[in-house]
Amino acid sequence: MGKAWTFGDNMNTDEIIPGRFNITTDPQELARNAFCEVKPEFAKNVRPGDVIVAGQNFGCGSSREHAVIAIKGTQVKCVIASSYARIFFRNAVNLGLPILECPEAVAGIREGDEVEVDLSTGLIHNLSTGATFQARPLPEFVLKIAEAGGIIQFLKHHDFQELMGQTGKK
Amino acid sequence: MGTLVEEIFSRKTGRTVKAGDIILVDVDYIMSHDNTTPLAIKAFREIGKPIYDKQRIVLHLDHAYPAPNILAAENHRKIFDFVKEQDLPYLFTQGICHQVMIEEGFVTPGAVIIGADSHSNTYGALGAFGTGLGSTEIAVAWVTGKCWFKVPETIRIELYGQTQPGVYAKDVMLHLAGLLGMNGATYRSVEFGGEYIENLPIHERIIFSNMSTEIGAKCGLIAADEVTIKYLTEQTPALERTKRPLEAIQPHNPRYEQLLQIDVSDLSPQVACHPDVDNVKPLQEVEGLEIHQVFIGTCTNARYEDLEIVASLLRGKRVHPGVRVIVTPASQRIYKKAMQNGLIETFIDAGCVVTNPGCGACIGRHGGVLAPGERALTTMNRNFIGRMGSPQAEIYLASPATAAVTALTGRITDPRRYL
Repeated sequence: MGKAWTFGDNMNTDEIIPGRFNITTDPQELARNAFCEVKPEFAKNVRPGDVIVAGQNFGCGSSREHAVIAIKGTQVKCVIASSYARIFFRNAVNLGLPILECPEAVAGIREGDEVEVDLSTGLIHNLSTGATFQARPLPEFVLKIAEAGGIIQFLKHHDFQELMGQTGKK
Repeated sequence: MGTLVEEIFSRKTGRTVKAGDIILVDVDYIMSHDNTTPLAIKAFREIGKPIYDKQRIVLHLDHAYPAPNILAAENHRKIFDFVKEQDLPYLFTQGICHQVMIEEGFVTPGAVIIGADSHSNTYGALGAFGTGLGSTEIAVAWVTGKCWFKVPETIRIELYGQTQPGVYAKDVMLHLAGLLGMNGATYRSVEFGGEYIENLPIHERIIFSNMSTEIGAKCGLIAADEVTIKYLTEQTPALERTKRPLEAIQPHNPRYEQLLQIDVSDLSPQVACHPDVDNVKPLQEVEGLEIHQVFIGTCTNARYEDLEIVASLLRGKRVHPGVRVIVTPASQRIYKKAMQNGLIETFIDAGCVVTNPGCGACIGRHGGVLAPGERALTTMNRNFIGRMGSPQAEIYLASPATAAVTALTGRITDPRRYL
């Protein structure tokens, strides 16, 4: 269970973590400045297990992974958004940041609501209102990466070909 | 058979692929720069496998080069050491990565190039599939030579007509960004075509592919034609590098998700206003707005022809005393040509600061950082809050001609007044 932090549409990578802080890749360091311009109180008050709830095209802009690392550094449980920008989506999957796509939940969760998320089923429960939402399932090969904890972990134990459902030759 | 992106991926995989297919593709080149390579090296070490093919790895130092601070210097050091350790053949320090990729002949029709930079879409202007990815995937490609893609649906944008004097490809692209919005082509391939595009030289086609990123596109493709082949053959070592003939690639019986047809004939100069790239207005709506810094640079608009337009408007004049004007050529080759032809002298005589090639002021870390309350007009491709320094600064995007005349007056100015 965690508290919801809500953000609007088109939240870009500079808003998630401004470029001037990207001189480090340390998650805690980056997390200290996450969303510092759009929601200055976020970084100070976010607690492990909280949830980021955002609108469309979350993470648009730069290819920098600092945006994903900064969010991971805040120890939020997951991001729930109406949709994701494509590079951010890939980066989140590759780095093992849980992301759910669910416009209905975004519409039905307000700042500060208590939210419970079951990442294995994609079920989102807004405890403050009693409403439940079902997030879109991730494509199967994306699940394989996510289940391994990210692409690096996946590659340590699998051949890349296995992503495509083929048995890879080591 | 199919759209341009389907054609490219079908050739690459040796079978017919369609939008929606998930494919594993052999990549031709894997590009990264000083901002993104250190993280890729970190991921590479964690994966713990050897590099698949050194010839495919192309590294650049452009985002903060020469190093403006110790941390940047440390990042560069990491890259120099890695290049030595792995004996990598390609490390460039001669300008903006995307421009150098083209100049050095890495970008050819039908090639698949991934880059740890969101503007890797740029390569689409020469009929290559180019897309931006994060550093971890770059490391994955280093060790596997491959990358997965979902073949995207395509939005075809047909442009026809001729722009009026004083209106440029940048104005057309800004207009498209306003029309489609920053989420307008997310996950899609955007195919730019029609008689207007066909008649454009490469340096202007690049603007469309480059800025397709700003509307969320996975790639921004332009069919490779005679103009492309001629450019690559005459201006770059592409033929020596690929060691095979360069082929024109066109869509064949494509099925488009969306088809837009736009006449550019009546378009006026456009400006993308603070704080979003899709907050696009005809210039006359913001004309007269005070500007503190004009920046002519970046992977969008700092090619020789752009500098030539700026120089033609500044020649024999002085920029307004209230405005700082920074000119950053995209590459050393452009810088040198501009110097040989007297453009640099024109800029200096007009009161501009000419910096070394690179990303420069675009990333807000050196060479033109903005103070709170300042307003910049630039030839960049994005105007995110805080991008050029203070989050209390404002960024406006426009063509090189608009930038030049704005430099003269210190206020947003219509270049058509100077024709």
